Amino acid sequence: MSMLERLLPWRVLKARGIMGMNKRNGDYIAVYNNRSLYPLVDDKLKTKRLAEDAGVAVPKLYAVVEIERQIKSLSEKLETYSDFVVKPAHGSGGEGILVITKRTSKGFRKSNGQIISEQELGRHISNILSGMYSLGGLPDTALIEQRVKFDPVFADVSYQGVPDVRTIVFRGVPVIAMLRLPSRMSDGKANLHQGAVGVGIDLKTGRTSAGVWNEQVIVHHPDTAMPIADLQIPNWEEILKLTAHCYDLVGLGYIGVDIVLDKQHGPLMLEMNARPGLSIQIANRCGLLHRLEKIESMDSIPDSIEQRVAIAQSL
Amino acid sequence: MRNLHVRFIALALIVTAVGLVYFKVTKLGLPLFPSEEIEVWSVEARLAFEPKGGPIKVHFSLPGKPPGFIIADENFVSGKYGLAIEKEGENRFAEWAIRRAKGEQVLYYQLQLARDENEQIEEDKEKKKKKGKVEFPEIPEYSEGIATAVNALLEEVRQKSADIKTFTRELLSRINAEKPDENVKLLLSIAKNEQEKVQLIRQILAGARIPSRTIQVLLLREGVRHGELSPWLQVHNEQEWLTFNPDNSESDLPGNSVIWHVGDTAVFNVDGGKKPELEFSISRLTQEPVQLAEQRARKLGSRMMEFSLFSLPIQTQNVYKVLLMVPFGALLIVFLRNVIGLKTFGTFMPILIALAFRETDLIWGIALFTLIVGFGLALRFYLEYLQLLLVPRLAAVLIIVIILMTVVTIFSFKLGFETGLSIALFPMVIMAMTIERMSLVWEEHGPAEALKQGFGSLAVAALAFIVMNNEILKHMVFVFPEILLIILALTLLLGRYTGYRLTELWRFRETFKR
Repeated sequence: MSMLERLLPWRVLKARGIMGMNKRNGDYIAVYNNRSLYPLVDDKLKTKRLAEDAGVAVPKLYAVVEIERQIKSLSEKLETYSDFVVKPAHGSGGEGILVITKRTSKGFRKSNGQIISEQELGRHISNILSGMYSLGGLPDTALIEQRVKFDPVFADVSYQGVPDVRTIVFRGVPVIAMLRLPSRMSDGKANLHQGAVGVGIDLKTGRTSAGVWNEQVIVHHPDTAMPIADLQIPNWEEILKLTAHCYDLVGLGYIGVDIVLDKQHGPLMLEMNARPGLSIQIANRCGLLHRLEKIESMDSIPDSIEQRVAIAQSL
Repeated sequence: MRNLHVRFIALALIVTAVGLVYFKVTKLGLPLFPSEEIEVWSVEARLAFEPKGGPIKVHFSLPGKPPGFIIADENFVSGKYGLAIEKEGENRFAEWAIRRAKGEQVLYYQLQLARDENEQIEEDKEKKKKKGKVEFPEIPEYSEGIATAVNALLEEVRQKSADIKTFTRELLSRINAEKPDENVKLLLSIAKNEQEKVQLIRQILAGARIPSRTIQVLLLREGVRHGELSPWLQVHNEQEWLTFNPDNSESDLPGNSVIWHVGDTAVFNVDGGKKPELEFSISRLTQEPVQLAEQRARKLGSRMMEFSLFSLPIQTQNVYKVLLMVPFGALLIVFLRNVIGLKTFGTFMPILIALAFRETDLIWGIALFTLIVGFGLALRFYLEYLQLLLVPRLAAVLIIVIILMTVVTIFSFKLGFETGLSIALFPMVIMAMTIERMSLVWEEHGPAEALKQGFGSLAVAALAFIVMNNEILKHMVFVFPEILLIILALTLLLGRYTGYRLTELWRFRETFKR
């Protein structure tokens, strides 16, 4: 790279294939994501039902609360479950998610150890219904689903919350992936802009590289101080297949798929996002554009999931 | 493909807009930039006469297309008279008629003339095109008393001149000489007034078969109360009419004069009336060039001006003066968000705040906005503690905003700050939403992020205010609303801008390191 190009930062970014927000919105989301399909991923209830019908592994749905009245009868429905997760169907950025790990005599224990009463749980659900966590404040639905007990392989590099694997799937081909590790700062959430740690993953092998936290490159988890690089993600092949399968589910050309690793059930698809963020590039310290262009230049993408995963691993 | 499509549309829009602006500037003379006020002469002709008792017909010549000027406006004060305006050759005239009238009758004709350089040039071009065919006059039969004097004078002048122009000048200089010779003295003794003097000169010129005519000229001077038309002489040199002042040998009209009437016919005559009196009063005014250009364009009969914003009532015009600036603010927001990458609360919130700043002024606007949002935030945090449902909480914030606005207005009024009153124009729903969003960001991402976005929004609003209050832009978009097509084109182009945002260069800085 010439001296002049070094002085022009956008030339450097372009050479590295870094995709900017405008490029993502204008050339990928606007082109490959049919707006009429958005509700399939924006509404977690719809996503879950689609996935269940298609045989994509997801956390089990325990109950759905659509109207205020249903809150009262909820405790009966949940009687058999000792742990569960409450989430808004239209939430974004992990807002409004309540993780109950245990029932105690005083009430429900949250993932951070706090105990909340049944009344408080009811109020949280009521807030979800009123639209407190949904985009535009529209009335929402609350989902109550199986709590993921994540694979102990990540226990050392997570601070509360559930680590997940975010993969961007373009035209059915996984193109980039990262491991998202909650931190104290992110309050158990897995969103990078809220302070979670993003760790790049080699698509071919499923091994992690260095991570990024608050836009800084790190090699140790900020809270647990354990190394985050060179971890092997278990069931990597299966995870890639799952993400590729998700494309068939919704038909959106450019999506982010979040997958958690449950120690009993293996990889489970948690949710999909029609506007996945760009920080994944920082985590991988690698731009998306070159890979996207490779896939764009293909006339047709094979229907077979295995073949698509093979393409992904050869990128 | 899409990019090409957008570029094509943008190009079409820009070409259309530029074409329209070009047409309006060059053909209709609308000023591109707001300029100083320009000179306008207001002329009033007072026509007075006494009726004889029968039906009355008043014939009054009006200036046609005075070179160097445009008729910005004209008015007839005709009382009960019927009025018709007609054209006859190079002259235009008004004809007033009434069946019966008693006592002294007075009619007025008011005219506003604005200086216009373009007009002068066009006039010159037209003149050159019309290579007039003028008939040469027959040599008149002079009465015995003057025939020798005329012939002697013509002979002398002919020897000292080369063409019609120099001939006329030589003749005039002899007639107006301080010590005229005997022949001239004799001839001048016949002419009793200016009109007759010009008549005499024309008769002499006819002796040399030079075509000539009388024109009635009004000299524009500030503060004239009882002005008159003065007769000037024009001779034709087979190409064009040359104008001469009959009182000296000066050629060409002075800049501040108007040819009111051409030919020998009377400027003002009354059928069925007597003692006609014609007086002019003249004053100098200044006027905004836009209004003038607009009036002028309308005079030219351009369809385009019928659909201009100037045809709207003033109140509506004022509304549009504000509305037409909003697209500039919108374009600014597009630029700041998609090219710079700034974050603001609500996409167009800063524009609405900027509109409110128009009433309060920038500094006061910022102070009042900060005050209300600050107080609103404090109270909003208390509401958070009450754990209200969303819509009631939003409504509560809105009510609090209105209470705060009322309190600020009352206090500032009591303290004597008039500006405090204009706070009522702040968009309260937008303020309530700003407070709500700011408090959410405060809770979720910390006070630093909330303040960053809050002051970012305020800075963008201030910038939008500065752009939307730019006098040049205001003038341009109001006179040339088609400029909005250019704004639309730029917005469309920015809509397909897929390059990096300025802030992304910082965001992805880690990837520079290898």
